[in-house]
Amino acid sequence: MNPFRRSPFVIAATILVYFFLYAPIVGLVLYSFNASRTNVKFEGIIPAFSERVVMDGSLVKSSPCGPFHWYCDLAKNDDVLEAAGNTLKIAITATILSTIIGTMAALALQRYDFKLKLFSQVSLYIPIVIPEIVMGIGALTLFSQLFQFLNSTLNLSGDARLSLGIVTVTVSHIAFMIPFVTLVVQARLQGFDKSFEEAAMDLGADEWTTFRRVTFPMILPGVLSGALLAFTLSLDDFVITFFTNGPGSTTLPIYVYGLLRRIITPQVNALSTIWILVVFIAVLSLQLIQNRTEKA
Amino acid sequence: MAGEFAVELRDVVKNFITPEGSELAAVDHVTMQIRNGEFFSMLGSSGCGKTTSLRMIAGFEWPTEGEIYIEGKAVGHTPPFQRKVNTVFQNYALFQHMTVFENVAFGLEMEGAAKEEIKKRVAKALEMVQLTGMERRRPRQLSGGQQQRVAVARALVKIPDVLLLDEPLGALDLKLRKEMQLELKALQQQLGITFVYVTHDQEEALTMSDRIAVMSKGAVRQIGTPVEIYERPSNRFVADFIGEANFFDGRIKSLAKDEALVYVPALNADLTGLPVSDGLVNGEEVVVSIRPEKVRITAEETMNTNLFRGKVTNTVYIGTDTHVYLDVCNAKLKVYEQNRISRLDPGSFYTVGQEVLLILPPENTLFLKKD
Repeated sequence: MNPFRRSPFVIAATILVYFFLYAPIVGLVLYSFNASRTNVKFEGIIPAFSERVVMDGSLVKSSPCGPFHWYCDLAKNDDVLEAAGNTLKIAITATILSTIIGTMAALALQRYDFKLKLFSQVSLYIPIVIPEIVMGIGALTLFSQLFQFLNSTLNLSGDARLSLGIVTVTVSHIAFMIPFVTLVVQARLQGFDKSFEEAAMDLGADEWTTFRRVTFPMILPGVLSGALLAFTLSLDDFVITFFTNGPGSTTLPIYVYGLLRRIITPQVNALSTIWILVVFIAVLSLQLIQNRTEKA
Repeated sequence: MAGEFAVELRDVVKNFITPEGSELAAVDHVTMQIRNGEFFSMLGSSGCGKTTSLRMIAGFEWPTEGEIYIEGKAVGHTPPFQRKVNTVFQNYALFQHMTVFENVAFGLEMEGAAKEEIKKRVAKALEMVQLTGMERRRPRQLSGGQQQRVAVARALVKIPDVLLLDEPLGALDLKLRKEMQLELKALQQQLGITFVYVTHDQEEALTMSDRIAVMSKGAVRQIGTPVEIYERPSNRFVADFIGEANFFDGRIKSLAKDEALVYVPALNADLTGLPVSDGLVNGEEVVVSIRPEKVRITAEETMNTNLFRGKVTNTVYIGTDTHVYLDVCNAKLKVYEQNRISRLDPGSFYTVGQEVLLILPPENTLFLKKD
């Protein structure tokens, strides 16, 4: 019998933790159905369907989409769709590249002894503890100086001029995600015995076949965890993106921030709800895949 | 099959760099010849270089100096996937993401064998290790003994020239280990494949091997059959490492063609009629060695040579044997007597303080080079 099981402290702590974790999310989702356009107060869920949007002051009385009015509104918002597209493009590209590079780094750090190994290891992890805003400013300085130099030396003008945009955001994301991927993959590699690779080679597999048939499938759960972490980091990154984006490379976090500065409509909540759903489904399906491969 | 030797190590050295940066010879000028079709064991405690030697034969390590030959071909710097040897790993190293069938089939796939042939040969290999019907299981669903069999099947299915086994039974419990020892030995005899077996368990090596290389500190101390190693150890290390022995310092007093006379100060006596071993010269300081079970305790005074009077200091009854500890002159001696007749009262035989006569039979009393 666990002596803490009935302790009121444990119960209270549990309730508080879950409250502060999930109350904002529940509230956020609820407000995405808010009838109030200003979204300051909850005025109840939009009650009815109708052919056209019926407003009463700042209250939505009925809409073709009913309670999902703000979601439909969102779907018509080209800026949001573009930002969502940018976010996904950046996240997917950066996740793939940072996972590949980060995994390679983890493998190298785990199995080889080389000069400057400790240095490589430590310098790889320092970006994790450095404040993101410092990284962001650093990236901005780097890109602007570099582009200025290139633009003037190569005499670029007009559209050919290098400037901040989706590429700089992606490159910065890759750079700051690599340490996280390496860290996660390295943790998974702790239990990976090199005798598995030796066994494969012993049975006639060359280095590449050994990696493809034995090493990679065995470290895949770690690689997937790393990739998922990278993906979510990229999806919701604000600080670094803020410094490195340019015209046409607005991502969702940047867009939401822009909206908040003007007016908070339930559109933001609708957007956030969809966002949460996407991440939730991604995490859940990955967990399911992992469970299945581990059980099989 | 070319030549007499399946594997040959010629003056092989393997140096490792320690974390402190100094060089350490894990294998130090090792030469050994492993014959075709024999069960050869490398025996020694951890750090003696046996596993490194095996890994060099497999191709996981490359020698710093010297050369390794497999079937007469120099392979020192050939990668493992180009050698016709296969390994059974200490931890089995079964691929956890593959079924038993896929594990065993892996090596054949790498050879590019046809699907039908793979099926046939895997089935045969699994039958050989009595795992028919387990094809679709995953390694972690098998017991330790079964995993061990899969590892053996996976290596043997390739019909290697040489099968390397790195302490394959270390993780099994004693009873299963004994069973597997006999099974592996039977398998080796039935297939006629050369087995090179690494173990730190002397009983295991004695049970299974045709020949044994006793190793310590990166060097081979003796190579011989189990009987040779036990009955005629060529140095003190081997006599001490294999089984048990009483050791006395001595000096060769006279050396004839087939018998020698050695003076042992601790016994204050000459031991006569000892078998002569090579490489020792008259007057040399040596170590006299006799196994505890070879000493005879007798009741009456006989005309025997090498007869001593001793005093019992302790006796220990261990079922099959009684261990008798004696003071003889200034030396301590242990004697193992087999309990051929049942002794329900353990104290009835020798008592502490009792004086007995004992014989060190010359044919079993050896003198060895000091080391």
